[in-house]
Amino acid sequence: MKIGVLALQGDFAEHISMLKRLNVETSEVRLPEHLKGLDGLIIPGGESTTIGKMAVAYNLMDSLKTFGQRHAIWGTCAGAIFLSKDIGRDQPLLGLMDIKVQRNAFGRQIDSFETDLDIPELKQATGTKEDYRAVFIRAPIIESVSGDAKILASVSDGRIVAAQQGHLLATSFHPELTNDTRFHKYFLTLID
Amino acid sequence: MEVKTGTWTEKKGLAQMLKGGVIMDVVTAEHAKIAEDAGACAVMALERVPADIRADGGVARMSDPELILKIIDSVSIPVMAKCRIGHFVEAQILESLGVDYIDESEVLTPADELNHILKHNFKVPFVCGCRNLGEALRRVGEGAAMIRTKGEAGTGDVVEAVRHARTVLGDIRKLTTMADEELMRYSKEIGAPYELVKETKELGRMPVVNFAAGGVATPADAALMMQLGVDGVFVGSGIFKSGDPAKRANAIVKAVTHYQDASILAEVSKNLGEAMVGRNVSQMPEAEKIAGRGW
Repeated sequence: MKIGVLALQGDFAEHISMLKRLNVETSEVRLPEHLKGLDGLIIPGGESTTIGKMAVAYNLMDSLKTFGQRHAIWGTCAGAIFLSKDIGRDQPLLGLMDIKVQRNAFGRQIDSFETDLDIPELKQATGTKEDYRAVFIRAPIIESVSGDAKILASVSDGRIVAAQQGHLLATSFHPELTNDTRFHKYFLTLID
Repeated sequence: MEVKTGTWTEKKGLAQMLKGGVIMDVVTAEHAKIAEDAGACAVMALERVPADIRADGGVARMSDPELILKIIDSVSIPVMAKCRIGHFVEAQILESLGVDYIDESEVLTPADELNHILKHNFKVPFVCGCRNLGEALRRVGEGAAMIRTKGEAGTGDVVEAVRHARTVLGDIRKLTTMADEELMRYSKEIGAPYELVKETKELGRMPVVNFAAGGVATPADAALMMQLGVDGVFVGSGIFKSGDPAKRANAIVKAVTHYQDASILAEVSKNLGEAMVGRNVSQMPEAEKIAGRGW
């Protein structure tokens, strides 16, 4: 199994080191030909506007959309924004997931926070009982899900922060900034 | 559900989101928009770019809060702003404005010639300049959650940024080969906190994100810094003091993403118009250099 990490901008190295801890082969994706031979892809945190512009500039939009039809993709924060259909403003989106996302929904950096989330699917898939410590940084929320997309996690006021649609996964928070590998393990279960 | 803000993970984390990106100096809301449209991962809001601060002389201070707020309102990407070294009240003001990162910067005139700001006292994260590993780890010890090389700002001459990046990264390479019992002596030698020296050795890299700054003017300069091993690049005067800022800004963003691909670097370097005029640092009087500010 080989997992690519979109390396246009953002914390792709952090995802790669999490995958290495799980003994998964990885590679960096910057151009369409780098998607060849991959079994899944992670779109990291970063600035969604920068990632979108670089994806357009280097003809990655169509290749990524095609890749997502058959393969697992997980977007964290900026990656979740990039996977969504609608963010209420004009910037390049893959539109692979039936989710509506709002950027910077919790405020500016001083409002960035950590909290524990109860995610039953994650506990079940990894055979663990502990809540998941999630790190939110200028984070987006998932305003709504539609079609086959399902809610995976919400914060205490009910705002959605993780969703799944078949082999596609979106999280507002950053599992790659923690020492908890459970979310990466969960993503690996979505790969055929 | 317990919610914690302003944690070390949060502060360091925002810098991790900026990796592989370009942070651009902007002096107006229009500049900020141009930077965002070009693909900047963040902007630095200030009244004058370093080249103008140099030309104007006098005391350089924090920018007008009104200007910073206008820039914050004009873009969706993170906004940074500069305060003077040691001027913790300017930092309090910037934090209250909602800036996402504060640069305690040698580009402004220092307010304290002995002490930097105790950055752990703030919820907003800080970035600081450095010329070597000791200086970098002293700043991290005070609470800086991101480090950048100082270079020589406002010159368009990359030589000092290269010197500082090579020094910092070379110091780390040396450190990784040291025996554990040598670390206390080394900490003393470079004037850095022992715990951070130990952590840097274990990680084999700077414990926080490490950008290049000070003199980057072309896509090739930016890619050079990336190949030397930094995590991203600040461009100050190099963009808005050039002939075609939007095009140059976009070319530098592409160069940082594709920093190892010479054919892409050649492509983005074409027809960029005039680069900033620049000043040769080796012919500059010592008194005009600003990288020496910071202790």
